[in-house]
Amino acid sequence: MMGRDWRVAGGVRRRLVVAAATMMTAAVVVGVIPGPMASAAAQEARQGGTLSIILQPEPVTLTPSTNMAQPTQVVAGNIFDGLVTYDFELKPKPALAERWEVAPDGLTITFHLRSGVKWHDGQPFSAADVKWSLENVWKTIHPRNKSLFENVTQVDTPDEATVILRLSKPSLPILSVLNGVGAPILPKHLYEGTDVLNNPYNNKPVGTGPFVFKEWKRGEYVELTRNPDYWEAGKPHLDRLLFRMIPDAAARAAAIEKGEIQYAPYNPVPFRDAERLAKLPRLKVDTRGYEWLSPLLYLDFNVENQYLKDVRVRRAIAHAIDRAALAKIVWFGYAKPAISPVPSSLVTFHNAKLPQYPFDVKKAEALLDEAGLKRDANGVRFTLTHDFLPYGDDYRRTGEFLKQALKRVGIEVTIRSQDSAAFIKRVYVDRDFDSAISYNNAFPDPQIGVVRAFWSGWLGTGTPWTNGSGYRNPKADALIQAAGVEGDPAKRVAQFNEFQDIVLGDVPSLPLLELNFFSVYSADLQGIVEQGDQVYSSLKNARFVDAPKGN
Amino acid sequence: MLTYLRRSAAQVVFVLLGIALINFFLLHLAPGDAAQVLAGESGAATPEYMEALRRQFGLDQPLYVQFLRYLGNLVTFDLGYSFRQSLPVSELILQRLPATLLLMGTAIGFALVAGCSLGFLAARRAGKLTDTVISIVALLFYATPVFWVGIMLIVVFSVMLDWLPVGGMTSVEANLSGLALVGDVALHLVLPAVTLGLFYLAIYARLMRAAMLEVYGQDFVRTARAKGVRPRRIAWRHVLRNALLPIVTTLGVQLGSILGGAVLVETVFSWPGLGRLAFAALFQRDLNLLLGILFCSSVVVVLVNIAVDLVYTLLDPRIELN
Repeated sequence: MMGRDWRVAGGVRRRLVVAAATMMTAAVVVGVIPGPMASAAAQEARQGGTLSIILQPEPVTLTPSTNMAQPTQVVAGNIFDGLVTYDFELKPKPALAERWEVAPDGLTITFHLRSGVKWHDGQPFSAADVKWSLENVWKTIHPRNKSLFENVTQVDTPDEATVILRLSKPSLPILSVLNGVGAPILPKHLYEGTDVLNNPYNNKPVGTGPFVFKEWKRGEYVELTRNPDYWEAGKPHLDRLLFRMIPDAAARAAAIEKGEIQYAPYNPVPFRDAERLAKLPRLKVDTRGYEWLSPLLYLDFNVENQYLKDVRVRRAIAHAIDRAALAKIVWFGYAKPAISPVPSSLVTFHNAKLPQYPFDVKKAEALLDEAGLKRDANGVRFTLTHDFLPYGDDYRRTGEFLKQALKRVGIEVTIRSQDSAAFIKRVYVDRDFDSAISYNNAFPDPQIGVVRAFWSGWLGTGTPWTNGSGYRNPKADALIQAAGVEGDPAKRVAQFNEFQDIVLGDVPSLPLLELNFFSVYSADLQGIVEQGDQVYSSLKNARFVDAPKGN
Repeated sequence: MLTYLRRSAAQVVFVLLGIALINFFLLHLAPGDAAQVLAGESGAATPEYMEALRRQFGLDQPLYVQFLRYLGNLVTFDLGYSFRQSLPVSELILQRLPATLLLMGTAIGFALVAGCSLGFLAARRAGKLTDTVISIVALLFYATPVFWVGIMLIVVFSVMLDWLPVGGMTSVEANLSGLALVGDVALHLVLPAVTLGLFYLAIYARLMRAAMLEVYGQDFVRTARAKGVRPRRIAWRHVLRNALLPIVTTLGVQLGSILGGAVLVETVFSWPGLGRLAFAALFQRDLNLLLGILFCSSVVVVLVNIAVDLVYTLLDPRIELN
């Protein structure tokens, strides 16, 4: 986007003017780019330009070492490279690690690092940075990795380009979190000996990634510029990334429609607007790039509730909900019915052959009758209160949909709303709820994002997003713990298959939908969605092309 | 006058202490704390991580210790530290203050001038077509939700006509400086200031009209008329000046709300003001920051109240400070 003078030209013409101006200011103009983009190479791709991106809400910090909130990671993925990135099948691809080996017994993992990589302040990147980050961040204060790395007993760095993890027990899920935000490598020379939580570099991060932090104007924008010394020659293509905070959804839609914003990840606008924007030739709506997250919408039952402690009641509720209709009506098709707590995008672990709870009102009624919960004179069997995740209207409407569905089988539901701090306290600390709608990211390995909802080990600690239902099953617990330290991938798959069977049978938490988050971006952009962890990865492949493609 | 100010100063100290006390305990009634919010946003947490956060935020201390610490800070004019944003609260407030002052100043200035003029006009033509039109327009602006007006203005003037930017305070992507930057900020200011201004305008117009009509009915106006003073002179010299008192009162109230800003308008137009900061702080349980903003707002309210008292005596010499 250039100066205001261009505003007289509207629509497509305006974008052409902008693209031309971008070309003039660009340092280098590249022609044909080889590789996967070859098919699009007929359009002239440009080097340079500023990409304006929506960032919502405003991040707390820009370093993903202690804060895993979505906006932090959207920015940080461009600043911090990880050891690996993930393709659409969630297989690791080389990044800072050129290759790696897992010993047959699973007790040693060796990473061979790329040489010649520099931190943004010019210091060389080396194995010592990885070792320091693992020992002082991933193993200690990182909110998610602590349990994954706890079996790492020793980190050896025989030379500057080799990192060897020695484990007391195998820990295969480690290989699923090694991207820039999942296991961020911090510059040892800036962090060693400081309080990591309060280090000033958390807000002016120094990484090795394709973009360099320039400025964070609170309430307005975060600005990153091109890293001229990036290890991958010729990348990134863009000169500048501008992450702008636009708190109002309607204003976001207007900014996207007007072209002030060219890339907007993470459901930036309501579904209805997404439908409308997707029809504009200048824009694209894309649901790829979230595979690494694999978000799952679920309904937690408080198993201490006098009615819900009966598994027949939980199963009845499962039968009473038409998940296909929920996906279509409430989520506008940006979701599909979930058949297991392990989403289908986790291809290796997802068990598609589990016994299901098909939508069947009669069966639901029969189960409730069997549980001894008869309808009273008003046709009501019992009453539940429903708390929904206060992350927007979609969750509230999901609650309203469930209310209608359960009314048909004689369960009266009251919907209760609150802000997120109150929701977390109510569900995970006070456990003062009947049922709650929420979502978790599964991540590529169930050990990371799925089992926390069923493991009883964290019950009573008030930890958010861990086992809200209050479920305790020694068999499930044993499987979770065994899979965590199993070195044989095939055995882990078998363990998780059994685990899925048990928890779906007990159904303390009912998987509702596999959500499809979406991004909106300008049609004259290329290389925006390149991998399975794209939304938390870098935009080093993104660039403007000459003319918008018709779609 | 001096006695008045001295006595006010003493009262101010007590009022502010009371406000600090109420704010602090009221905010701590809200369920959930900052560590939970942070852990919740992260989508994961370990008990150790939450504990580390609470230690860092000082949330592991008993409430009274937290309060005494907060009071101690206030007495030394230190608003505390926002752990969430990793910046001192005063710095955060000062960063946002210019944007808020600019927006509220422009909006209230526009509303005051336009609103009072319309109200004046309506009162002079009371019962005629002009009056009806002005009254209806004012009622519409008053009754329409501010955020809706804002979004409609965006749709018309930004998206459809492409005259004005959708939001924000500057065109960051353009790297402007000097006069170009001033012009750019002015462009960005138009829609939010008008949106907010229209609401205030309605209030001033209604108030002005009512106040003037009331003064018109008083004896001294009748006397002036009987003496043959020209209507225009009566309106300006006799009526307007007396009708300004309620306007000043309302203006005082609204100036007091400056620090709180206008959450809705700032949200719709992505304006980097204090209102949005306070709103976010509440949802994130960033209590130090929220307390800081509330405290500063209280100070402004108290000071503006004193100023309003002083302006009263200027407008109407019969009013005395005692």
